[in-house]
Amino acid sequence: MSRNAEPLLQESPPRPGGRAPHRGARGPAGGAGHAPSASGRRSRWVPYAFVGPAGLLFLGFSLVPIVIAVALSFQDTATLGEGEWVGAANYATMTSDPLLRTALLNTLVFTVGTVPTAMVVGLALAIALNRPLPGRAALRALFFVPMVAAGVVVGVIMSWIFNPDYGVANNALEALGLDGLPWLTSPRTAMLTLVLVVVWTRIGFCMVIYLGALQSIPSELREAAAIDGAGRWQRLRRLTVPMLAPTTSILLILNVVFSLQAFDVIYVMTGGGPGFSTTVLIQYVFRSAFADARMGYAAALGLLLTAVLLVFTLLRQHATKRAEDLL
Amino acid sequence: MTALTTSGVRDAAAPGRAAGRPGRPSRSPRERAGRRRRWLLTAALTAAAMVVVFPLYWMVVSALTPGGQSQSSEFYLWPDAPTTANFGEVFAQQPVWRWLGNSFFIAGVGTALSVCVSLGAGYALAKFRFRGRGLLYAAFLVTIMIPIQVTLVPSFLITARLGLVDSPWAVILPTLFDVVGIFIARQFMLGVPDALIEAARLDGAGEVRTFLRVVLPTCGPLVGVLVILGFMNRWNDFLWPLVVLQGNENLTVPVGLSTLTNSPAFTSPWGAVMAVATVAVVPLLVVFLVFQRTFVQGIASTGIK
Repeated sequence: MSRNAEPLLQESPPRPGGRAPHRGARGPAGGAGHAPSASGRRSRWVPYAFVGPAGLLFLGFSLVPIVIAVALSFQDTATLGEGEWVGAANYATMTSDPLLRTALLNTLVFTVGTVPTAMVVGLALAIALNRPLPGRAALRALFFVPMVAAGVVVGVIMSWIFNPDYGVANNALEALGLDGLPWLTSPRTAMLTLVLVVVWTRIGFCMVIYLGALQSIPSELREAAAIDGAGRWQRLRRLTVPMLAPTTSILLILNVVFSLQAFDVIYVMTGGGPGFSTTVLIQYVFRSAFADARMGYAAALGLLLTAVLLVFTLLRQHATKRAEDLL
Repeated sequence: MTALTTSGVRDAAAPGRAAGRPGRPSRSPRERAGRRRRWLLTAALTAAAMVVVFPLYWMVVSALTPGGQSQSSEFYLWPDAPTTANFGEVFAQQPVWRWLGNSFFIAGVGTALSVCVSLGAGYALAKFRFRGRGLLYAAFLVTIMIPIQVTLVPSFLITARLGLVDSPWAVILPTLFDVVGIFIARQFMLGVPDALIEAARLDGAGEVRTFLRVVLPTCGPLVGVLVILGFMNRWNDFLWPLVVLQGNENLTVPVGLSTLTNSPAFTSPWGAVMAVATVAVVPLLVVFLVFQRTFVQGIASTGIK
């Protein structure tokens, strides 16, 4: 459907031997693709051999740690292994912990600040870059580049840019005759600065997903709407946005999960401060375990976060599959 | 712009797009307006792209700026006297080469082993029916929702028991199990035709041979995505290496970088930090530029990060 020959971000990448037979090619061999009786007894241990390494690693480095974490959440302990069993006391503490309330509120502000902003900017870029513009392949690549940088790298770069004394942000403001802003050093602006930074890392991702979806909208539909007299804005509102609804719901879930798990950038830029102004839930878990040495409480907090994530991750499973199908 | 057109609504509806479309009668005033719009949009997008890329540009510029200018409230976009002194200083004072070596070893070996594990697991889960398959797969998937902070302490305990703390293997081993990788591998392997596998078996090929010689060669794009995502995530990983690596010589680049901030030991503290940040980003930037398509596909299809 699209005639462009750009090497980047096209909608139908060739996948030799891969995606093409995905849905239809099960017929000839029948069944769900298990080894048939021809390979007899031998095949019984074969799958276990193939999945064995993953299974052992899962057992040792995922399952056992999770079980220990659950056990910890019922203990009062500063160091591992010497805890006292305290029943559900850690969970009871949560209900009256003012810092937890702050952390939850911060998490909400952070999530609400980052998710819709990144998605709207990403959508706008995708719509603009879906047109036949000169140099659009290069532009797409430029918008995507921030995704490549590690959270820590983003954190140090942005700490430097927003440094109140020598940072380029304030230097530029002062060159324009304006007053510099405190950015990360004031509880009033720190969260806003973090939101800005995280949106910056996220727009390329939203753009790519939206581009994939836009390219799958048949151009005949748009032309038909145009012939029927729909204006640019109307087509956007009545045709494009509704057609993108499934993509929007996928992106919403993915972005919420990303925001709930965002750690590195915040850790490097503010460490949760000043005060507790940027302490989100995941920061608070880390802080309780390592700064406050309350392992048991930290484990309980972590499981609370897990419960929140559970909802979104179940949806994410679904979303990931759909996101894959889009490209 | 629409005032000039004759056919009313229809033209008003698609002024921007029509210009580039072949097969329509050419209407020169409209076409010119369309072209102008397009260039305006391109200019606006280019400006936006500049803003988006600026932080990375600034990282490189700051790495090249001498301390005097960088520690001032002067506004500049390019240093008066660019220098590589910051690189020289930080490489001399800190074991940056070691950090790079550690990062390459951990990301390289970790990715290679992890891709093998994921391919095997994906193959078994996609192409065999065996007892416990559903339960195993569900259990794998559940681990996605457990944030690393929850299992950080127990995982550290296990790693310490194995006597691995401060060794690169302490980073590699616990991250070999990659649920997302297994998930992608399984999804892809579902698409490998059963007939292909059957034919190999009928020809008398063993199971391992079938996998290596028949199944794997169809999985080129899959391996590309797994390798690039695996490498990127390991190269950028921070929290786990921060916890299990201790000696300054043994750190990875991101962890080393995080220890440098606010270090007064350099003539240009931020210049030194930006020099290491540049070194940390460049390898991935090269990978991104060379394998753009796989890179973008991989990230878009899994929603990592």
